[in-house]
Amino acid sequence: MALERDKHVAQHALLTLDEAQLLAMYRKMSLIRRFEEKSAEMYTRGKITGFCHLYAGEEAVAVGAIEALYDKDYVVSTYREHGHCLAKGADPRAVMAELFGKATGISHGRGGSMHLFDPDIRFMGGYAIVGGGLPLAVGLGLSIAYKEEPEVACCFFGDGALPQGAFHESLNLASLWKLPVIFICENNFYGMGTLVQNAICQEELYRFAEPYKMPGVRVDGMDVLDVYRAVTEAAARAREGDGPSLIEAVTYRFRGHSMSDPVEYRSKREERIWQERDPIKNLRRRLLAEKRVSEARLDQIDAEVGAVIDDAVKFADESPEPPLEELAKNVYVE
Amino acid sequence: MEITYIQAINQALHEEMHRDENVFVMGEDVGELGGAFKATEGLLAAFGEERVIDTPIAEALIVGAGVGAAVLGMRPVVEMQFADFISCAFDQIVNMAATLRYRHGGRASCPMVIRAPSGAGVHGALFHSQNPEAWFTRVPGLKVVAPATVYDAKGLLKAAVRDDDPVIYFEHKRLYRSLKDDIPEGDFVVPIGVAELRQEGEELSIITYGGALNQCLDAARIVAKEDGLSVEVLDLRTLLPLDREAVLKTARKTGKVLVVHEDRLTGGFGGEVAALIAEHAFEDLDAPVRRLAALDAHTAFSPPLEEYILPNTNKIVDAIRSLAAY
Repeated sequence: MALERDKHVAQHALLTLDEAQLLAMYRKMSLIRRFEEKSAEMYTRGKITGFCHLYAGEEAVAVGAIEALYDKDYVVSTYREHGHCLAKGADPRAVMAELFGKATGISHGRGGSMHLFDPDIRFMGGYAIVGGGLPLAVGLGLSIAYKEEPEVACCFFGDGALPQGAFHESLNLASLWKLPVIFICENNFYGMGTLVQNAICQEELYRFAEPYKMPGVRVDGMDVLDVYRAVTEAAARAREGDGPSLIEAVTYRFRGHSMSDPVEYRSKREERIWQERDPIKNLRRRLLAEKRVSEARLDQIDAEVGAVIDDAVKFADESPEPPLEELAKNVYVE
Repeated sequence: MEITYIQAINQALHEEMHRDENVFVMGEDVGELGGAFKATEGLLAAFGEERVIDTPIAEALIVGAGVGAAVLGMRPVVEMQFADFISCAFDQIVNMAATLRYRHGGRASCPMVIRAPSGAGVHGALFHSQNPEAWFTRVPGLKVVAPATVYDAKGLLKAAVRDDDPVIYFEHKRLYRSLKDDIPEGDFVVPIGVAELRQEGEELSIITYGGALNQCLDAARIVAKEDGLSVEVLDLRTLLPLDREAVLKTARKTGKVLVVHEDRLTGGFGGEVAALIAEHAFEDLDAPVRRLAALDAHTAFSPPLEEYILPNTNKIVDAIRSLAAY
């Protein structure tokens, strides 16, 4: 029922972007998908333990948004952050090694799937507390504004974060102080197993922008170009000193909330409808239809990406465990 | 009939909701999904959505709304999906719930249970593994319990529901399905504030609670067999109010005390137990009170690091031997 209400289907012409940029987006989405498929396989084989939340289906949101930013811009994410971290440019080896809990992982094996962090690429963390990342993004924005720097902070969160007080506190302050923050709500319709209508009084989530006096838009989160366009506008606005924006990207996770979720709360029919809107197939179809690239070129990208992920798995598997004597390292500055 | 620790929790909720129509449960995914760990499975079908309430992800709201309902005579059992998320509700617990009766001169009360699935050992990493009981054991007005057995999981939850003060009920995730026991059917309660001697011994006492109890009992069996040591094991069951008499009694009896918990060492509840013994049983001691707890680091994801951080049976055996040799 949720998707019938989603009338927004954007079909932006590809023509405004050059081929290199389009292929970069395709490559990143394909990389994330392949990464998540491998993660599921490795979880099932016991190589990855703990809690693991996959991003498959939602790739267009991370890729479309982050492609619209500069490398120097900051990204803050959630516990479902493999995609954002990879889209921001993290080395798949380091991300996979983190999922394996290895010393070579992006967080040195301390964080696992839900706590990726790499300040070098300005990926300022996944946060395993729902809504926990938003105040942090406001703080990034505050620092940027204080130093009069040109960057923006882009903060991803799920629909489940909207009822948290932290969401409202963050939007209010970001707006009041006109901070350069882009709030991106990935509305995949379910906070774990609870349908968004059963958790939030306002189903058009982008309308939460209104009371906080910032622009709010809903975009098709299965269309990388629709996301790209909205974030480009929001980033320009933030850089001009005009303050934050709220973007609701309507999307769908193809798998359960986590690897241990049997997904009993939604119908197979609903899943099929969304799978037909697969963001990667969507872009592929349009690239081919507009004859911008050959099928062979896209197949080649998929194969290259597959090799990258296979290499990442091999690297993670062969990496050492973190040394026990370094447990207390970095609890404090030494 | 043999049931698991989590089935005991589930039974207690069923029975208490059946017994008193003012009892209701509220939390994230507790209804349709039956909870992240299935602790509330079947409640929605049995009692309907008026009494089994799925909430948004908003812990301060969940606890605060519970306080509001409790003050009007309802008996909410609210669930923090993971004990780690309880920090989002900290203000509502320590400022609102804990002080409510005091603030109103005893003219109102807050009969609420906050269920908090706690503990490590499931590779949940930093935000899904904590044992935050010591944040609350210093707050007057709250009661804090931590069942370690299937029987207590049921009996303490039923007692908590019937208690007229706010009770935080720390249930250990690792025990949910690993712990099974044959417990009596039907109604019984385990009184809050009463520790239980799990094993009598002569030479040394272990004082523990929650997820560490079974490791302590295993360790006691090992040293009995391999070293001929007679170890007494006291399960606190309730941390606040602490059963001070039981603590001092075992300390005076054996003269050597090892306190074990899965929470971190510094600022952990073991410090309070050790201080109590030092103040009131000093002259009966034959050795300094020792503590064995998680190392003072964050609960790292890496399974070998997590294993290294946490107490376990082998570490307890070593600590017993060291203390016995003092």
